[in-house]
Amino acid sequence: MPDLDSISILTLWTAIAIYAGAFIVYAFDLARRSSAVKVDERMLVTAGGSVVAEPGESPYAAGGGAAAPVKQRFVMARIGTSLMILGWLFHLAATLARGIAAGRVPWANLYEFAMIGTLLIVLVYLVVLTRVDLRYLGTFIAGLVLVLLGAAAANFYVEVTPLVDPLKSVWLVIHVFVASLSVGVLALAFALSVVQLLQARRERGLAEGVENAGPGFLRTLPDTVRLENLAYRFAVVGFIFWTFTLIAGSIWAQDAWGRYWGFDVKETWTFIIWVLYAGYIHARATRGWRGTPSAWLSIVGFASVIFNFTIVNVFFKGLHAYSGLS
Amino acid sequence: MSSSPSDGAKNGAKNGAKATKKLARDAQDGSSAASDPLRPADHFDSAAEDAVVQPKLGVIGWLRWGWRQLTSMRVALILLLFLAIAAIPGSIFPQRSADPNGVLKYKTDNPDLFPILDKLSLFDVYSSPWFSAIYLLLFISLIGCIIPRIKHHLKALRALPPRTPARLARLDDHRSVSREGADAEASASVDVAEKQLKALGYRVARYDRGRTWSVSAERGYWRETGNLVFHIALVGVLITVGIGGNYAYTGQKVIVEGQTFVNALIDYNSINRGRFVSDDALDPYALTLKSFDVTYQGFGEPGAGQAGDFKANLSVREPDGSQIDGTVQVNHPLSVGGDKIYLLGNGYAPTITVRNAEGEKVLSQPVEFLPQDSNLTSLGVVKIPDGMPEQLGMVGFFYPTAVKLDSGAFTSAHGAVNIPLLTLDVYQGDLGIDSGTPVSVYQLDTQDMTKLTGRDTDVKSIQLQPGETADLPNGLGTVTFENEAPTGAEDFTQSVKRYVSLQIHHDDSAVWVLVFALLALSGLGLALFVPRRRMWVKATASDDTIHLEYAGLARGEDPTLSAAVDDLVRGHERLLDAAAARHPVKGA
Repeated sequence: MPDLDSISILTLWTAIAIYAGAFIVYAFDLARRSSAVKVDERMLVTAGGSVVAEPGESPYAAGGGAAAPVKQRFVMARIGTSLMILGWLFHLAATLARGIAAGRVPWANLYEFAMIGTLLIVLVYLVVLTRVDLRYLGTFIAGLVLVLLGAAAANFYVEVTPLVDPLKSVWLVIHVFVASLSVGVLALAFALSVVQLLQARRERGLAEGVENAGPGFLRTLPDTVRLENLAYRFAVVGFIFWTFTLIAGSIWAQDAWGRYWGFDVKETWTFIIWVLYAGYIHARATRGWRGTPSAWLSIVGFASVIFNFTIVNVFFKGLHAYSGLS
Repeated sequence: MSSSPSDGAKNGAKNGAKATKKLARDAQDGSSAASDPLRPADHFDSAAEDAVVQPKLGVIGWLRWGWRQLTSMRVALILLLFLAIAAIPGSIFPQRSADPNGVLKYKTDNPDLFPILDKLSLFDVYSSPWFSAIYLLLFISLIGCIIPRIKHHLKALRALPPRTPARLARLDDHRSVSREGADAEASASVDVAEKQLKALGYRVARYDRGRTWSVSAERGYWRETGNLVFHIALVGVLITVGIGGNYAYTGQKVIVEGQTFVNALIDYNSINRGRFVSDDALDPYALTLKSFDVTYQGFGEPGAGQAGDFKANLSVREPDGSQIDGTVQVNHPLSVGGDKIYLLGNGYAPTITVRNAEGEKVLSQPVEFLPQDSNLTSLGVVKIPDGMPEQLGMVGFFYPTAVKLDSGAFTSAHGAVNIPLLTLDVYQGDLGIDSGTPVSVYQLDTQDMTKLTGRDTDVKSIQLQPGETADLPNGLGTVTFENEAPTGAEDFTQSVKRYVSLQIHHDDSAVWVLVFALLALSGLGLALFVPRRRMWVKATASDDTIHLEYAGLARGEDPTLSAAVDDLVRGHERLLDAAAARHPVKGA
């Protein structure tokens, strides 16, 4: 019987393959949204003359009226989500196997950080799906996870080795887990902000009477205000987790390195990200910064998160040198 | 700030007009200056400033204008973004505080660029004038913003919810229901609503007039409280760090097994102390390194040869003479007399004895060698200033488990002492330590010295195993690698002493920084998740029907307002039905 770590690798690649399937199906979903709505609109207008369905109006924006639009069924999105769940189960199994093989929490080097980080991104996405329909972000989430996980599995794999001394701490469990969790939440905020920008461009185009303002699937998506509100709610949760990560990290640093703050490279970037999201929260409450400018801040914030996770881990030297790569 | 009453007498008339307009607006949409958080003028929830012709500003006027700019949301936001950008160079260039050796290396690698960058404080970013300017301005802006808000919020905490707006139907979240009933029941239904809202944690006030009864309710004062606590706590963190640094000290000390360190300024290898740490502030306890433990992953196991579970076993003698044992591990510092003792590093300290040509001992001590790789190939320096015809220096490598590479050079194959080997190159001349400039004990400046052994000379490097003695070149004397193993030992495993590098840290403010940080975290949770909202229930009686109106108004982010109004309507209906069942209306 092969050892647990080999099983973990095999299961992980299976998960990656399934995520790739989900990515493709979600992409088809977006393509079908583009065409399906046009058909629906024509049907509505011809079938019932009284139906008020302005071209381009989304089913979300037109809520409350007597002529509530027909609830649309996105079959491809459903298949995509099912694949995401299946992929996530394999992913979870791979992570658990790795943890059992190592006899510790499976987040102690870059390969494992990528594993747990993407596991939590998908988990947050799936949990949120039970409350809010965000399947239009499926392509993005599946794509992001695919890239991060694929790159980690292909390039960052390291064998299970015992923990180095500084990592032998209960804070490894708490600090790293909450940091990964906040990455999962902030990823959703980022995706929503990107969609918000696209939607804002489309709305501007429509207001100016442009015929074809942006990709067609945007018609089936909520309006900018709703997208912004959703993005903000995720960013706020992510920000709180991030604040906790900072504090927990400081407590750990006090024990492991003899000081709670020392502007180590990773500490600096964690601080920069914290300040950027603090800026985002303020921007949303500032006249003239609400809307598109604040969305850009959310995007820059998440770009820094990814930068911190990849470039800083691999190329910058500092005390947080736990990538396991030499 | 537009929502704060202005104190300028000059603008009295204008403000009067504004106030009237504002009152009219308040009556319409239910906002009220009294209980709304006092926000900067450019908060998107604040009323937009009317475009007015500004009077000519004097010095005071400009100062006030400047202050208003500084405390505005926009400037605070821009300062935040500046802060984020300004922090980036510190992650690109090595910092003196975090990586002093990196700075030295940068200087050697980029001799031309270094002075320019150093002038720009790029190697001390976080104490640079420009970085300090940004965060100080940011905190001044923050304080300028929160002090009026605190005053205002304290008032709001005591204020009653605002008068019920005349037309509730203008609000987005508005529901209306009609029930049968007379005037008395209309009044009673509002009583029920009042109780209901009170039970939900709202502060309530009744505004009855004529045949209209209404209750105005407000909740979520914790939102603004949390917001203020968060910002005050951030100021607390900054002040604590600023003050605490003056009373903190951090020192490093290297101790070889068997040696003792006394916590006094003179006994440290290096120490950084705050401005207000006096010379006698240190608690004079003594630490003795009894032994140092380390375990290695066995051959064939994953991570073979990896060292871990470092443990320094210390014996501590308190100033009062009592003796206790303690251990220091990574992640587990030892607390002694208000100080915390950390394990920073470890290595080997081969005991070296040097005799001169007359056979007199000129040096005999363990010499700390600095590890160069994970298998503890270590580099060390021996300096002999006196007792020789000329000053003598030796640069040595110590290999705990020596193996010979194909190139003829040695390397260490394992971190533990199995086949220990010491190689030494001898230099003669001026050590450069008499001029008074401090010189690292771990470095040998060979500029004014002549190499006597090793590469580029005719004499081979000295190679020693524990217990062996070799002749120094030119008949200068002998050098011995002492075997520290107890008599009767069968191998070399105990032949070389270990040393540890300890950090002794004292900072009473750290715990307060943590307290403020946790306060900030909890304030943040309240500020972002507690919904601040107003609710109104109004009953208007006409003939035999009671017209009930419900409305909610969000004060800040409140995604669940609509659902809350629905809940209120349903709950109220249930309570009224229950009341009707208990007291059936006569004749019904």
